[in-house]
Amino acid sequence: MSLAQATTVRPPLGQSPLIRAWPLYPLLLLVLGLFVYPVAQILVLSAFDPTGALSIANYARIATTAVYLETLLITFKIAGWTTLIALLAGYPVAYLLANSSTRTRDTLTLLVLMPFWTSFLVRTFAWMILLGRNGAINRLLMALGITDAPLALIYNFTGVMIGMVHAMMPLAIMAMLSVMQSIDTNLVKAARTLGARGGQAFWRIYFRLSLPGLAAAGLLVFITALGFFITPALLGGRRETMISQIIITVVQELMNWRFAGALSVVLLVAAGIVFFLYDRLLGMSTLSGGAAAADLVGRSGRGLIARAGAAVGVRLIAGLGWLCDRAGAFWDRLFPVAADRPQRGTARILLWVVGVLLIAFLCLPSLFVIPVSFTGGSFIEFPPQGFSLRWYDTYLGSPGWVAATIRSFIVASLTACVSTAIGSAAAFVLVRQRLAGRTAIIALIMAPLVLPRLILAVALFYLYARLGLVGTVLGLVLGHTVLAVPYVVITVMAILKTYDERLDHAAWSLGATKWQTLRRITLPQIRGGMIAGFLFAFITSFDDLTVALFITGGGTATLPRQMWNDLLLQVNPTLAAVSTVILVFVTGFVILAEMLRRRATLRTG
Amino acid sequence: MAAKIKLSIRDATKHYGAVTALAGATLDLAEGEFLTLLGPSGSGKTTLLMMVAGLVPPSGGEVWIDGNLATYAPPNKRDIGIVFQNYALFPHLTVAENIAFPLEMRRVPAAEISSQVKRVLEIVRLPHVAGRFPRELSGGQQQRIALARCMVYQPSIILMDEPLGALDRQLRDQMQLEIKDLHARLGITVLYVTHDQEEAMAMSDRICLMNNGRIEQIGTPQELYFRPRTVFVAQFLGESNIFDATVTEAGGGLRLAGPAGLEIRAHAGGAARGETVKVVLRPERLRLLGQGESADNWASGTLKETVFAGGVTRYFVALPGGFILSAKQLSPGGGAAPRIGDAVRLGWDAEHTLVLRETPAS
Repeated sequence: MSLAQATTVRPPLGQSPLIRAWPLYPLLLLVLGLFVYPVAQILVLSAFDPTGALSIANYARIATTAVYLETLLITFKIAGWTTLIALLAGYPVAYLLANSSTRTRDTLTLLVLMPFWTSFLVRTFAWMILLGRNGAINRLLMALGITDAPLALIYNFTGVMIGMVHAMMPLAIMAMLSVMQSIDTNLVKAARTLGARGGQAFWRIYFRLSLPGLAAAGLLVFITALGFFITPALLGGRRETMISQIIITVVQELMNWRFAGALSVVLLVAAGIVFFLYDRLLGMSTLSGGAAAADLVGRSGRGLIARAGAAVGVRLIAGLGWLCDRAGAFWDRLFPVAADRPQRGTARILLWVVGVLLIAFLCLPSLFVIPVSFTGGSFIEFPPQGFSLRWYDTYLGSPGWVAATIRSFIVASLTACVSTAIGSAAAFVLVRQRLAGRTAIIALIMAPLVLPRLILAVALFYLYARLGLVGTVLGLVLGHTVLAVPYVVITVMAILKTYDERLDHAAWSLGATKWQTLRRITLPQIRGGMIAGFLFAFITSFDDLTVALFITGGGTATLPRQMWNDLLLQVNPTLAAVSTVILVFVTGFVILAEMLRRRATLRTG
Repeated sequence: MAAKIKLSIRDATKHYGAVTALAGATLDLAEGEFLTLLGPSGSGKTTLLMMVAGLVPPSGGEVWIDGNLATYAPPNKRDIGIVFQNYALFPHLTVAENIAFPLEMRRVPAAEISSQVKRVLEIVRLPHVAGRFPRELSGGQQQRIALARCMVYQPSIILMDEPLGALDRQLRDQMQLEIKDLHARLGITVLYVTHDQEEAMAMSDRICLMNNGRIEQIGTPQELYFRPRTVFVAQFLGESNIFDATVTEAGGGLRLAGPAGLEIRAHAGGAARGETVKVVLRPERLRLLGQGESADNWASGTLKETVFAGGVTRYFVALPGGFILSAKQLSPGGGAAPRIGDAVRLGWDAEHTLVLRETPAS
């Protein structure tokens, strides 16, 4: 081929990479303007006093006030315990999922993610129904004669733990599962044929290799848990106040931006320190899992702490393996293994029992709002009194509830449209163009998922207050888009990566223009991913309380905001009716989105 | 065979719901023998191997290892070793730790472990990689370490599940030789699985050819190649012309009537007069006859196609009525090669006419 021909073969995209990347810019602009700028501003603000002079007064106040330090301590304590329990309870479930057939795994995954997909407020409300003094659990326990007096399960540490573990377990399970699925199943088989008893093979091989997943899950859960406020506010008592609740009070009641900023900085720094220690101890490579597993042993010359930690860890695992081996040998002596008849699958059965119970814990509680909503009585109680639709009448007859519902739908629809448009455009650029700083840009777009949402909400409130956007649909839509667009980018990028670009080349070679190719070839094939992204964006907006908490008021409340008010002031069966509607709607929506996403990935993958 | 029986499988079956993966396999493996389970995918060879390993419980039948009943014994109580297709080396352990693992499981004293590890690393000629992690080794090296990890505790049998499947052609040929060499030097008993017929023929003492969950034939590679008992065996190993023929005379030698008016002589078999049988002719046994040359059997036709494949050339000869026979001969080095359209004669000896009866005598 001659040189002249070679130049004409190149697609007519002679512009500079900066111009070619134009579809990325709307999203970039949004993230810079409504995420980076306001968050930076609120954080910087904390270091100045009202006269504009540099001041550490806000930080000094935090450091010297017992209440704030105590809250910080409580926040860490709650997040720590949540992490520990979520990991312990999540591990067997993740193990069960990783070692099931693909079909079983898909079904179980759907169930595990149930709580993730039901509205946060609905879930928490369901726990209020279940755990209350006269709640379903106490009634059951008393009916069975296990206790005489109702147990205190709510408005204390127990209540917060149940709610938080319930909320965090799916995250922990999915993080561990991704690593477990990358473990070669032949390794455990090899260990068995090499002479290891089941327990030995598990601890020394499987568990060791799943550690990166455990580490990643732990970090993810801990950092997410640090920013919680709904669960401790609704299920905890005064002693379970977390730092996010303080920030809300400071903003809503004291209007003290600077101090709220300072508290946000403390929260972020706390998360940062955890992150840093983690990195020192385990290496961030563990977060990417897989092949990095071996580095966990710490043989490569990392710090002293890391090596000491690794040495202790290795001993611990070897010890557990030895213990299992001894217990197994003892068991075998009691019940000798017979070579002439099939083995009992005791361990497997036990795993299934534990797994099913834990999965039931994850997906059943939310369903309790349904029967409660049909009660004929005036209070929330389970079992409900008779059957009536009076609370649905109350819901639909209340102008406040109806307006909130309609507003939520409008905001969520607009958010989903905007997110899908700018998110998909950006995904195209990110997947198909060679871009300087691509990783950094992706990190920036994903950042709103990692940053405690409350900090963004406070920052947006501060920005909107000056722009006059508080209480407007536009403000809400823009805020929600920042939160929702990462999901669109993730799903569309995932599909585009599996999409064979040669199909586009084929279309071009057959005479289609770029636009015709996009419309007739590319879009129809990635449609599933885009619709899934749309639905996820819709749900993110529809379910958001945090941003709405600050930038909507009495007359402009969204559905979650309205629910939150009622949950704090007067819990009544109307909430159950509203919850049921949301539950059915949101869950249906999410399952639809998930199915579309899977179908789309299957088809192109 | 006088040698001790190391593995004995008696009528082993495996059903997955309505699907039959293994429909009754019976097999003996003598000490020091290298036996290959060969067959297309889904033929049940891996199921059988996993059954011996204790990783798949059989639905019926018995497995005896070194004289002990082991049908349902757990894998760690069976005294076997497996080399997996992807080697299954533990990624978080060094080469030395990988090899030490089975000894640790057997509570061998530390001093002996290290000398044993050294010993087998010498055997596989990789003493210098003891401190490395598996991912730092090449495919061939990983393969050898997997073998070393199996040999170190001297199991009764070493099972290998397509161990060369992940290697490229050249390395595969080299590893075939190495495994064969180790087998010969150490006298280990090997049950090997592959779907590659050349690999099976090159390495095995005996081959067990499987199809549809059944054993088609067990025997030395030569037996399977020269005396296939079924059409499947004939087709799977090497190339063949296969067609129906009727026995016209069954005296001292057989005479058969084949398609296109062929009259075929064969050595005596169990077939009776009037019986319809399958005739198998290996292409390399058919030769193009020159002018005046004769043979026990011959067929005249037209040369339809020649395919040059380097050292050998294939000839496709159309007989009257369109029936085609293929022959394979060393390529003629220039000179008078027959051309397409030429009238040619194919000839072969009576002893090379393989006659398969519909129900093979066992």
